[in-house]
Amino acid sequence: MNPLLSAEEVSVRYGSLTALAGVDLSIHEGQRHALIGPNGAGKTTLLDVIGGATKPQRGTVRFAGRDISRLGPAARARRGINRIHQRPAVFPTLTATENVVVAALPRVVPRRRWWSGGRRRTAQHRAGPLLERMGLADVAAVPAGHLAHGQRRQLEIAMALAGSPRLLLLDEPAAGLSANEVGRLVDLLRALPRAIAVLLVEHRLDLVYALSDTVTVLRDGQTLAAGTPDEIRTSPLVRQAYADGVA
Amino acid sequence: MRDEVIRRARGAVAALVLAGLVVAPWVVDDYTTAILARTLALALVGVSVALLTGVAGMPTLGQTAPYAAGAYACVVVGSRISDVGVVQLAVAAGAGAVLAALTVPLVVHARGVIVLMITLAIGELVVTILGRWRSVTGGTDGLAGMPAVRPFWGLPPLASDQARYLYTLVVVATLVGAALLLLRTRAGLLLRAGRDDETRLRASGHRVPLHVSGAHIAAGAIAGGAGSLLVVAQQYISPADFGFDTSALLLLGVVIGGTASIGGALVGAALVIAVRDWLFGVLPGHAPLVLGALFVATVYLLPSGVNRARVRLRASSAAPSHPQAPPARDAATVPELRA
Ligand SMILES: Nc1ncnc2c1ncn2[C@@H]1O[C@H](COP(=O)(O)OP(=O)(O)O)[C@@H](O)[C@H]1O
Ligand SMILES: [Mg+2]
Repeated sequence: MNPLLSAEEVSVRYGSLTALAGVDLSIHEGQRHALIGPNGAGKTTLLDVIGGATKPQRGTVRFAGRDISRLGPAARARRGINRIHQRPAVFPTLTATENVVVAALPRVVPRRRWWSGGRRRTAQHRAGPLLERMGLADVAAVPAGHLAHGQRRQLEIAMALAGSPRLLLLDEPAAGLSANEVGRLVDLLRALPRAIAVLLVEHRLDLVYALSDTVTVLRDGQTLAAGTPDEIRTSPLVRQAYADGVA
Repeated sequence: MRDEVIRRARGAVAALVLAGLVVAPWVVDDYTTAILARTLALALVGVSVALLTGVAGMPTLGQTAPYAAGAYACVVVGSRISDVGVVQLAVAAGAGAVLAALTVPLVVHARGVIVLMITLAIGELVVTILGRWRSVTGGTDGLAGMPAVRPFWGLPPLASDQARYLYTLVVVATLVGAALLLLRTRAGLLLRAGRDDETRLRASGHRVPLHVSGAHIAAGAIAGGAGSLLVVAQQYISPADFGFDTSALLLLGVVIGGTASIGGALVGAALVIAVRDWLFGVLPGHAPLVLGALFVATVYLLPSGVNRARVRLRASSAAPSHPQAPPARDAATVPELRA
């Protein structure tokens, strides 16, 4: 079976700094793949390339059988690639509900009879249960700029899910969350429909092992190792990298 | 709770202002009535500035361009085709929208100060063309002597300052109401979202350039419609009505009024125009200087305009459980200069 996503020989340079040096990555439909590695390894950059925020100097990105290398972030989102940012990105003056509605709108199919409420109403119906699931029902009417950090993160996850993703890109979703919130996040990610593929960047290895089927280790913009969580856990190379680096 | 009180208070103030505007022509003299009518037309252009600057986060100095297009289109239609007000209004709004659509490619990918510069250039270009294209525009002498307008088929022509003022008031109230309704729809929501974080909006799959173009065209139509009201109110137009000073004053008025608020923009623009007209009388020759100083003072002292008080109040009532939550980015009210 062809992979849902494949990134081939992706290279990104910032001036003289090489952020990614010919990285390959492929993810199948429904696969839960983790991307780990020390700070500065290029994990966020790789998510940027897949999501379309960064154009690589070399390499191609294919999604669902199509070359999407030339598409911008909006077009990729409409095809089903949704993203959680390392710093939660929400619309601060919009309420939590409005944030989710905005995120849901592009994938809401217009009703035939526009007077029957239209796309906004449909998106609104989708937002309620999502906020509920993320524990945000109480703050649904609060502007996102007033939410605490953890709540903003939960809100961004609700927004990503509202876009009916086929591939979810999660950049350190547990960072800055309380133990409670991390628990809820893990439950939520485990309960995601099996059809949604996930690419998870995460520092906490316990979460990586709990949530992923396969793992890629990046270091200095190169793939250091790839395999199942068990293989990675016991790989001397990876231990070495983590001993040298941060982790 | 407090929000509810504020909402009611604003509603009451709006109703009072509207009532005052309706009775005004019976209270003040004809000359002042005519000035008020022109001020209303300019305030409507101010609304179009607020739509772009505050709601969509794209500050503009170029709304005089569709305003002028609407005014001149109205004169052409009025003196050659139809004396019906709604026809002239529709043609003027269409002309404003078309002009905006033509200039959209110049601004759709620019942001912040760059947009200010581009829109300023467009406005100046339009004024220059108006001054040169004598056969249609009368050049810098301007155009006068249009037949009196009848608001609708079968109605009598507007023959007094009072009648022209009331017509202007009705049209402004209708268009402002339409703008307010528009902002409550999906379009308004997406404009606000784009002002907050355009990159995020793209990442959610929205076609941001489409929203930006739509906002410019809608604002162009409003400004164009205001142009036809200027013709009715003033019965004379010349390129001087559409110069840079007018753009700058409108932006100033909108900033004072709190950029994101349509009502604030109306009041702010009207105030600034009134102050200018008054200063011209008492300080001949120095009005631009005083207004320039006022502009600088406004931007520095009142970065979010009068609206700030409201935002603060809402901040304290909306998030009682997170007293240390970061204050809302004042994006709602600051003219965002996004680079
Ligand atoms: N916009 C940028 N400009 C310059 N250098 C950047 C930029 N983004 C990332 N980098 C650099 O690229 C490298 C990889 O960064 P990043 O992908 O954020 O790493 P990670 O997410 O694995 O911590 C780092 O050295 C970082 O400093
Ligand atoms: Mg990172």
